[in-house]
Amino acid sequence: MAKSPKFLSRPSFPRKRDSSSTATTNAYGAAAKILPPAVILTTLIIIWYIAAYLLNEPQAIALMDPDGPTNFWAVVNASWSMDRPVLPTPDQILSNLADSIFNYPLDSPRNFLLQTAYTAQAALTGLALGAVLGIALAAGIVHSRVLDRSIMPWVIASQTIPILAIAPMVVVALGNIGFTGLAPKAAIVGYLSFFPITVGMVKGFRSPDTMQLDLMRTYNASRAQIFTKLRWPVSMAFLFPSLKVAVALAITGAIVAELPTGAQVGLGARLLAGSYYGQTMMMWGALVLASLLAITLIFCVRLGEFFLRTSRGGRL
Amino acid sequence: MDEAKPVLSRINDAADEAAKAPAAQRAVVIEAEKLNIVFQTADKPVIALSDVDLTVQKGDFVSLIGPSGCGKTTLLRAIADLAPLSSGKLSINGMTPDEARRNRAYGYVFQAPALFPWRNVIKNVTLPLELTGMPKADRETRAAENLHLLGLKDFARKYPWQLSGGMQQRVSIARALSFKPSLLLMDEPFGALDEITRDSLNLHVHELWAKTGLTAVFVTHSIPEAVFLSTRIVVMSARPGRVLRTIETNLPANRTLEMRDTQEFVAVAHQVREALREGHSYG
Repeated sequence: MAKSPKFLSRPSFPRKRDSSSTATTNAYGAAAKILPPAVILTTLIIIWYIAAYLLNEPQAIALMDPDGPTNFWAVVNASWSMDRPVLPTPDQILSNLADSIFNYPLDSPRNFLLQTAYTAQAALTGLALGAVLGIALAAGIVHSRVLDRSIMPWVIASQTIPILAIAPMVVVALGNIGFTGLAPKAAIVGYLSFFPITVGMVKGFRSPDTMQLDLMRTYNASRAQIFTKLRWPVSMAFLFPSLKVAVALAITGAIVAELPTGAQVGLGARLLAGSYYGQTMMMWGALVLASLLAITLIFCVRLGEFFLRTSRGGRL
Repeated sequence: MDEAKPVLSRINDAADEAAKAPAAQRAVVIEAEKLNIVFQTADKPVIALSDVDLTVQKGDFVSLIGPSGCGKTTLLRAIADLAPLSSGKLSINGMTPDEARRNRAYGYVFQAPALFPWRNVIKNVTLPLELTGMPKADRETRAAENLHLLGLKDFARKYPWQLSGGMQQRVSIARALSFKPSLLLMDEPFGALDEITRDSLNLHVHELWAKTGLTAVFVTHSIPEAVFLSTRIVVMSARPGRVLRTIETNLPANRTLEMRDTQEFVAVAHQVREALREGHSYG
């Protein structure tokens, strides 16, 4: 049975394995684990190829060499290997990506890794901003009734405005005072990602029970000590789920923020350029890398969670 | 720690002397006079304590016993400055409850262990000392002493969820001893435990009290537990919460679980039960 590192799997209580289970049942168990996702994946890929054939066929036929073979398989083959297909096939997307990554220098704008790095930079900077802002707001809200009543409604209202409406305004406004490039993107990402962190951490900071708070009172602990020794460590169980939501928002935010900047750099810019010039493979490539970026960041959050849990003896 | 907190041995000597000295000469630790506590609820005020008088002297082990709602926990919380007084006087070692709390004059054991699950046993026990800024080596030495006192020295690196309920409550008692308090306040600490664990913990608490000469106030609703541990039992009654009767146990200083079958023990238990019944007929 293939073993994935512990931090990849969901936290679970140690389960007692049945000692009588034999190798056959283990193999059976492994098959039962791998088979369903494999079937789904295969089905999706088959549907994709069928869809690519159906969508590309009319143009493929128009572009076919009238002197060459015109049987069914020739049409299928042509619709799966167009230069500018409506829907590229997975192998076309991958080979296009590989071409951009391996056949261009790392500092070339045509190299997808460079564009991913720009987006990652914006997402991470914004995420850091959002985390700091989110945690600070939550700490304020928990410690002050006035802040709770005056800020919380604004925090919620901020998320009812579609980011697509705000992003161009932020880019233009910050551009006017001399902030271009990373700064407006990070600001937009921060704006999106602080929200789940604020909401999660308010809940986390408030999660100590009365007895734990009374206990700290009998020690004559200051508010700062109650925060660092009780509220903060308790809230860690809420921080990581919030961070996972924030990561997803951060990637979306970074890509959206790259759209109105005149499509210069980043995966968002590639998406935009791809849609201008009908380069569907470029768009799909950007999408693939955006999801890989998200998976990597989520993995990092899980890694952090894993290390903290380990340092706490196995529970968060 | 400042020198105001006596070291364990010094408490010990003082306790030996205190035990020998007649009641009139022992220092008063807790003095409550005409204590009233009223809680404002949505429909009507609830009188939790009504004109309660209580004197606890150094070396006493006082149990507060009574039915639910008699204010025994409220009284303990008032002593610990966890519940505000409505009227009356309350002093702890000559200080107001607030001053006593700020001076970390007592240790408090709650109904549940209330251990921090992200800290292992020794880190839970050193927590109160961390707040005072005591150096790490010192606080670990003292925590190890307290864990030893409660028979937990082999469990210092375990996490709370790896221990049984009884052991968790022992950790919380060790934690309450962190400031080397001369006063230990316990609020039904063994209420959630089974009979056998409870017996063994009663023995632990008794030995702790006998060894260190602590002054203790112990809230319980178990008659045998109260009789076994106490030098004095304060029987309370509900609606309004008040002191019904105070019973001196006059049992030997060193107690064993077997002692619970003796004539004297049964007689005291009977007295407490009668007093509780009397309170019930009033209600």
